Amino acid sequence: MIAVGALLHAKQLSRSPFEIATALIVPVVQATLAVYLFRAGGEPGRLLEAAVGAGLMGVWSSVLFGSGGAIQNQRWQGTLEMIMLAPRPPALVVLPITLATALTGTYAMVATLAWGRLLYGIPLTFAHPLAFAVAVPGCIIGLGMFGLLLASTFVLLRNANALTNTLEYPIWLVSGMLVPITALPGWTGPIAAVLPTTWGARAVREAATGSGPTWPSLGICLAISLACLALGAIMMTHVERRARAAATLALA
Amino acid sequence: MSEHAIEAVGLRRTYRSRTGWLRPQRREVEAVRGVDLTVGNGELFGLLGPNGAGKTTTIKLLNTLLIPTAGEARICGFDVVRQTREVRRRIGYVFGGDRGLYDRLSARDNLRYFAELYGVPGREQKRRIAELLDLVRLSGRENDRVEGYSRGMRQRLHIARGLLHRPRVLFLDEPSIGVDPVAARELRQTVADLAATGTTVLLTTHYMAEADELCGRIAVIANGTIQALGTPAELRHHADGRQVLEVEAYGVGDAQLAVIHALPGVREASVVVTGAAQVLTVQSDAGVDVQADVLRALDGVRLGRVTARQPTLEDAYVAIVNRVDAQALPVEAVAV
Ligand SMILES: Nc1ncnc2c1ncn2[C@@H]1O[C@H](COP(=O)(O)OP(=O)(O)OP(=O)(O)O)[C@@H](O)[C@H]1O
Ligand SMILES: [Mg+2]
Repeated sequence: MIAVGALLHAKQLSRSPFEIATALIVPVVQATLAVYLFRAGGEPGRLLEAAVGAGLMGVWSSVLFGSGGAIQNQRWQGTLEMIMLAPRPPALVVLPITLATALTGTYAMVATLAWGRLLYGIPLTFAHPLAFAVAVPGCIIGLGMFGLLLASTFVLLRNANALTNTLEYPIWLVSGMLVPITALPGWTGPIAAVLPTTWGARAVREAATGSGPTWPSLGICLAISLACLALGAIMMTHVERRARAAATLALA
Repeated sequence: MSEHAIEAVGLRRTYRSRTGWLRPQRREVEAVRGVDLTVGNGELFGLLGPNGAGKTTTIKLLNTLLIPTAGEARICGFDVVRQTREVRRRIGYVFGGDRGLYDRLSARDNLRYFAELYGVPGREQKRRIAELLDLVRLSGRENDRVEGYSRGMRQRLHIARGLLHRPRVLFLDEPSIGVDPVAARELRQTVADLAATGTTVLLTTHYMAEADELCGRIAVIANGTIQALGTPAELRHHADGRQVLEVEAYGVGDAQLAVIHALPGVREASVVVTGAAQVLTVQSDAGVDVQADVLRALDGVRLGRVTARQPTLEDAYVAIVNRVDAQALPVEAVAV
């Protein structure tokens, strides 16, 4: 059921003209951004790392806007009520949606790398291709589960968009997707350590550049994500009840 | 199995909403104020009432989408608040309008997704979906995206979705809205067939003829409470002792309507516009012949056909609802 759901939601998402336009433009912008940032830093050797980081930002944006936006969209479409009517734990109903958004986000990663190669000639030589091929999906699934935790807040709040917008950039930064964590002020450290995005980004970067063993980071990312999933599931059940009491499943 | 498909006792629901950010104001709407209802297995039950009466809210309380502020409800013996999943396994919900579907997916994909969600076993899905597409006459268009569908086609897809898991209790909230007359007749046939095979149906509609034809019993709800409940024949008694005068007219004004309303013996008077003409409907006490008075009040207005007839279910409905309005008015005047 999760597979079918994720697939069909990915289908629905990938057919939105808005999403398609975003998906075409954003990776180009991100690739460009990454390239110029690092050129300015005088470290052309780390271009690949930059491109991968930019790609991860794409996945994250997709999950965040996805899990928030998807719930909001479903409310608009009137499908939120219909899926909540399913005789299933609410978490299982929403998980496919967040996975689908992570899935469409994968495309952002691939596209960013492709544009980076095409426009700026970033060499796509991964230190551990196999590890990279595992780390990316692992990271994406992790983000999808994290998305569930986020989504639970969106089910309850009718104007959750504000929250999405405030979360996008800080998490890019704190997770070290673009800038190394070490360059950030010390207080962000603990926050970064509990975010699955940090570890996912690290795993992917390690696999791409060979700067460290991939598996521990990926393991931590998945472990935290599983915790998020568990927490998200509990939250979801609680939130679904609250939403029924507060009448926020529908628009009017 | 419980002997009642739907039981509701003292059901209430208040909506609380906040408007404004700078100066938040709390607003409370008492949408449903104490509804008692029992619907037997296999019964086809109608819920009628004016806009904002609380029909949709009542349905959402029964189908677990809303938690009641007070009162209790059971579906097939399962409590809607405490045994949500058991209830959801047994109910289908169809609402009118064109929302509630995945526009960018095909009809088949929509049904596949909901079949999966609603727990239709994998090996049965294909057959069940084909069967339902046939039933709602969407076969042949099932691979087109829903965004290209007409209103009626969407509505039919909604109905197919509601039936996927063979629910024991079906909630239909204005299912015939925007459906053409031929399709509406087919829809009525489908609903009647479902009820004949033991599905309990709770139907809301604004079409009296539809309710009259389909429903075994009808509740008229207004202001969040049930005003009258019974078979269509019983409800028609609310217009007993009355007769109806229908006058086709061109250009009846509010002033004239007020004069007619005040005539001795007149109980209700209303004007409905049909195309170029208006139809003035006057309900009066059966013993009083108001025709001459009414025509005199319409002096100067071009008139068409004038007919006197026996009251229909619609007249009874108008009588019930207007009685509520008349009672409600002074209360509101005090509140303001
Ligand atoms: N989510 C909500 N928040 C606040 N008030 C609401 C909400 N939903 C409905 N109401 C109010 O509750 C009352 C009953 O609404 P409801 O939708 O149940 O009416 P209805 O009988 O279905 O009407 P209609 O025939 O127009 O469909 C109305 O006054 C409506 O404004
Ligand atoms: Mg309604």
